[in-house]
Amino acid sequence: MSGMETSRQAVVKLERVTKQFGKAGVVALEDVDLDIGPGEFVSLIGPSGCGKSTLLRVVGDLIQPTGGAVEVNGKSAHQARVDRDYGIVFQDAVLFEWRTVARNIGLPLELAGWSRERRRERVQEMLELVELSGFEGHHPWQLSGGMQQRVSIARALSFEPALLLMDEPFGALDEMTRERLNLELLRIWAASGSTVVFVTHSISEAVFLSTRVVVMSPRPGRITGIVDVDLPQPRTFRTREEPRFAELIRDVRRTLRQGGGFEAEEDDHLEERLIAAEEGTT
Amino acid sequence: MPALAVFLLGIAVWEGYTRGADVESFLLPPLSEILQTLWEDRATFVSAGWFTFKEAVGGFLIGSTAGILVALLLARWRGLGRAIMPYAIAANAIPIIAFAPITNNWFGLLNPLSKMVIAAVLCFFPVLVNTLRGLTSVRPSSIELMRSYACGELEIFRRVRIPTALPFIFSALKIATVLAMIGAIVGDYFGGSQEALGILIRRSAGIFAFQEAWAAIVVASVLGIAFYGAVALAERVTMRWYPAGRVE
Repeated sequence: MSGMETSRQAVVKLERVTKQFGKAGVVALEDVDLDIGPGEFVSLIGPSGCGKSTLLRVVGDLIQPTGGAVEVNGKSAHQARVDRDYGIVFQDAVLFEWRTVARNIGLPLELAGWSRERRRERVQEMLELVELSGFEGHHPWQLSGGMQQRVSIARALSFEPALLLMDEPFGALDEMTRERLNLELLRIWAASGSTVVFVTHSISEAVFLSTRVVVMSPRPGRITGIVDVDLPQPRTFRTREEPRFAELIRDVRRTLRQGGGFEAEEDDHLEERLIAAEEGTT
Repeated sequence: MPALAVFLLGIAVWEGYTRGADVESFLLPPLSEILQTLWEDRATFVSAGWFTFKEAVGGFLIGSTAGILVALLLARWRGLGRAIMPYAIAANAIPIIAFAPITNNWFGLLNPLSKMVIAAVLCFFPVLVNTLRGLTSVRPSSIELMRSYACGELEIFRRVRIPTALPFIFSALKIATVLAMIGAIVGDYFGGSQEALGILIRRSAGIFAFQEAWAAIVVASVLGIAFYGAVALAERVTMRWYPAGRVE
């Protein structure tokens, strides 16, 4: 569906986006151009330190680019953040321990000033969507890692944002849980109709989930190729066993290799540290 | 139950040893004699205990409130925090109790404020250091999440930093109760109102009334434990969400 929909207004529009950390410092992104249409599921893949997390934060207006233009939902990234046009999910679920599951999911609604009654209704809907009905009164530490991440997804979607940004959301989970949540995410994506930008360093996860896979090279982070994923929807456990799946994996691998993705041995946490320092979040 | 057994055993050993070995009363009187003295002169002990307890609580409130407020300021303006923290940590290592005779001069020997100030300064630094550590131990992704909801600093403090800091604040407050009691009693030792518990301990020991001195020590211990217990209870009530077994 990606090809047809790019004619409609793009949800994310990046033009020559560049990000340099510090003066004369690390160039995390260089001249990134990318349009993402409504309803697309786009993965950003590349080795550690290729700037994919930085790119996601530039879209979310959590980091300011040093060059280029970013539009989200037809407005500036800043306005889109102020208007709460996107939900975000991180590798760690970022649930607040002092809040129950229901109150974690309802946090953005609370901040947006929803009434208690409306909040309660929506939280119930979201719990059903992520199949956690009955857990509303639990505290985060009482849930498994996979369940926590489902709560985090429910929270991100609770206010029906047009865009869902996900930064390696299943990176810390075991393979089986990960595959199950992949399927669940696709079901939620289909049900919610939102656009997803998904950062991962798993090739098979990117191919399995996406309508398009954007392959990035290591420093400076550039887009080296885009692979259109024409696997039929809805995808199932069987999808991974199809010959076409294997072909697409090979395509992504080749693109990664040609961009030097297998040569770089990056400091895994460099990008993380640069982002934290820039945002002053520590 | 095992804890109760140890308690009873401790009392039995104390009582048995002091009587059996005929320990001199200036070293350690039998517990039963201490408790008897305490009961007979209970009005004096209760009023002395209450007097010093008020000094300790007053100092605790002043010092802890100031510690929390300063920590909030330093967490909000991190540059300021980084400039000041080395001195706060160094000040934390100063034996503040050494200032007790001086504060008597500053605020007057008989003014309870002179003891409260010592207790307050003792409480201030651990509360400041722990609270600041709590306020700044928030995961970066938590802040990013709040910013994605277009929250400002104030909202982030209220909804993330302060709840994250609560366990740190409460462990500091529990330490502060102990420090406040020490500050008030040792402050009394350097002179003060005749009603004060520290004065009572020093005077009784000076005139060989060891049962009285020990009775006053028992009162101080009970008050100290009750003070600590009250803060621990407040902690339980405030942080019911905290995973069981993780509260220290």
